[in-house]
Amino acid sequence: MKLPIYMDYHATTPMDPRVFEAMRPYFTEMFGNAASRNHAFGWQAEEAVETSRKQIADLIGANAKEIVFTSGATESDNLALKGVAQMYAEKGNHIITAATEHKAILDTCKRLEKEGCRVTYLPVEANGLVDLDRLRAAITDKTILISIMYANNEIGVIQPIAEIGKIAKERGVLFHSDAVQAIGKVPVNVIKDNIDIMSITGHKLYGPKGCGALYVRRRNPRVQITAQMDGGGHERGMRSGTLNVPSIVGLGKACEICRLEMPEESRRMAYLRDKLKDRLLAELDETYINGTMDSRLPNNLNISFAYVEGESLLMGINDVAVSSGSACTSATLEPSYVLKALGAGDDLAHSSIRFGLGRFNTEEEVDYVAQKVIDVVRKLRELSPLYEMAKEGVDLTKVQWSAH
Amino acid sequence: MAYSNKVLDHYNNPRNVGSMDKNDPRVGTGMVGAPECGDVMKLQVKVDPETGVIEDAKFKTFGCGSAIASSSLATEWLKGKTVDQALAIKNTDIVNELSLPPVKIHCSVLAEDAIRAAITDYKTKQTVVTAHDRSHAESR
Repeated sequence: MKLPIYMDYHATTPMDPRVFEAMRPYFTEMFGNAASRNHAFGWQAEEAVETSRKQIADLIGANAKEIVFTSGATESDNLALKGVAQMYAEKGNHIITAATEHKAILDTCKRLEKEGCRVTYLPVEANGLVDLDRLRAAITDKTILISIMYANNEIGVIQPIAEIGKIAKERGVLFHSDAVQAIGKVPVNVIKDNIDIMSITGHKLYGPKGCGALYVRRRNPRVQITAQMDGGGHERGMRSGTLNVPSIVGLGKACEICRLEMPEESRRMAYLRDKLKDRLLAELDETYINGTMDSRLPNNLNISFAYVEGESLLMGINDVAVSSGSACTSATLEPSYVLKALGAGDDLAHSSIRFGLGRFNTEEEVDYVAQKVIDVVRKLRELSPLYEMAKEGVDLTKVQWSAH
Repeated sequence: MAYSNKVLDHYNNPRNVGSMDKNDPRVGTGMVGAPECGDVMKLQVKVDPETGVIEDAKFKTFGCGSAIASSSLATEWLKGKTVDQALAIKNTDIVNELSLPPVKIHCSVLAEDAIRAAITDYKTKQTVVTAHDRSHAESR
């Protein structure tokens, strides 16, 4: 077993060597511009791009013509929201999203609010899921778009996407989903899930960074979006810019591997994740899972170890790469807004660790990580005045703290 | 963000971890911070009432590595100092000693606050004890 161990697959994934091999020739000998229509170099590149489009479409139940290549999920989210807001401005100006969305959605919504849109940020239940009645109630005759992520990047909960899509369809509202964490991990099907627009990225599914796609539905309904980049009119006018052929080839190959291996891989992920979870819960008291386990990515575990601060825990398990919702690990010195949205209290957000398992993790690594976390949590609790007080029976919620 | 070797050393080998009897009149206890802010420090000093010298110091901290290191270092520095010398410890001394980056300065501030709170608690107790002794004497 090699150290350090990478268990932060929600942040990014290593590229699968098979993906890298597929990309390799497109950097050097097959370097053509996919928009060059009159020579073999261009045709070769175009063919590679079309193969990738098909591979992506096959993974998500779409048609190849519905795939628009972008630089990644942030661009896809921006293009979807701004593109719809501008294209459908005459129909309405109201967008519905959720408080636990990624910043690429939330900050885009904030920008749109400045430009005259009205945005409803739905709260989530304690389990991390959007309440469908609340969603229904939020829709008005001005609503043009609902944007709800497929699976959350911190707590891994999977939203009731098919039901949300159904509600959107019934009310004649477009439905966008940022599905970067879900695609390749769980079956995603734009037809069954009633998704109209969907963000995809390469580096969360063992493909390259800096390459993503936006699924834009062409039939029932035909979705139109206003381009955000002016130029050569590539990607049916929705996204100008010379195509990044090597990365597009990689994204396609990565999707193909996911489609073929997902059933087996997701079973293996769930087994490893559950082993880690069961071990931690059995050995450590006052340990809480954030978000429901009933509707969740098979590779995600987000746990709060009460009375232990997340960054100090990360410091103790420094040969394991994971993330924390602690304020100390964020640039803003604010604890995770996703965990805060669950309403469990800031102290549990400070104590949270996100484990993101992936394709190259082994059972031996999971065993090592579990033991290491158990040892460090025990050590830090010996150091924790809160743990001491709790053990003495002090109700920490009733203590007058000197907040600073 | 990389930690300085001194922070790592205090984190891996924290000095003077523990608790003393907070009802002991010679023990001053300072508890600062709040769980929802992500750090709580408990710092205790045991003072010789005759000499005013800190004989022992203990801490427990819920917080990041820099908070743990700041309080661990504080206990090291407190031992052997008089109460008045202890009050002269500044958060910037801790910042310099541990090479804390700007985002971690609040950890050193918290440690200074904890020192002050512990000493104040000790002094308050002493006043009460002295007052008690005096009233006891007068009633005789």
